[in-house]
Amino acid sequence: MRFIIPLALFAVISGFLYWGLDNDPRRVPSPLIGKPAPEFSLPVLGDEGSNFSPEQMKGKVWLLNIWATWCASCRVEHPVLVDLARRGTVEIIGLNYKDDNRLAIGWLQELGDPYSMTAVDQSGRIGIDWGFYGAPETFVIDKEGLVQHKHIGPVLPADLQDTILPLVAELREAGS
Amino acid sequence: MRTDTAAMRACVTGIALLFFATVATAFEERTFETPEDESLFDTLVTELRCLVCQNQNIADSDADLAVDLRREIYGMIQTGKNKSEILDFMVQRYGEFVLYKPRFSARTIVLWLAPGVLLLLGGLILWRSTVTAKKSNANNAHNPPDSDALARARSLLKEDQPENH
Repeated sequence: MRFIIPLALFAVISGFLYWGLDNDPRRVPSPLIGKPAPEFSLPVLGDEGSNFSPEQMKGKVWLLNIWATWCASCRVEHPVLVDLARRGTVEIIGLNYKDDNRLAIGWLQELGDPYSMTAVDQSGRIGIDWGFYGAPETFVIDKEGLVQHKHIGPVLPADLQDTILPLVAELREAGS
Repeated sequence: MRTDTAAMRACVTGIALLFFATVATAFEERTFETPEDESLFDTLVTELRCLVCQNQNIADSDADLAVDLRREIYGMIQTGKNKSEILDFMVQRYGEFVLYKPRFSARTIVLWLAPGVLLLLGGLILWRSTVTAKKSNANNAHNPPDSDALARARSLLKEDQPENH
């Protein structure tokens, strides 16, 4: 009888610790989920005259991929995005973060360009509005312009199959 | 002799350098209009977490993002934003996780109250166990063991004695 309280405490603490084992502190849930995508208007890479703004994507389900040539995991992710773009399932917009335009253009020429457009965030100010902290990051935005999902770190084929593509299909169904 | 002084000097320099290494902001020059603004800046950068190196605050971190955020916070202070407006700005973008000092809300109530509740609970258990221990001591003093038991104890002690010597 007298062991019940310590035993219960032990069980509760072990429960929490077990749950914590699979919790990655690097994956911080984004406060943007369900909120309107932060607006911006930035020059388009390789086409300095024109600007990109998320508003232009209203009515479409699309991905925003934040990347840079200095980011090693972006290189891991890139072929996955190129493959996705080739299949034409969903439109991907790039946000080139604190990078050198020449290097960025060279990267896309060398590795392929999966983006319908790449906006240039030279100062990193727009990255702050999107709560960007670990390159690469990928957002899923719905037809109404609401952020529906944030993926931190490289998008791997399994992430596409299990999370991103089913969500894109679901969002596309909604209201059409 | 000369090498000794040189080694000493190197040590002292090394230790002195350590003081500069602790705060990344030490090398960024900023001017504030009022001392209040300056202390607000200092509080904010120490109370906000850097998400790139999660166990450092924005003041200590050398990460690129921390540099940007220090500049952003400085800019907001210069335009007259107050502490809660700046914290809101950060929480809207990075979530509650950026706050080293979480706000008191329905979601964080357990976090804030748990230590006090646990302390009270511990105190209660301690108090109750001392009271019961005292009570049983008092009971023993009032009701001495009966004579049969005492006689048995004495005989047991006597039995032991020859073996001990």
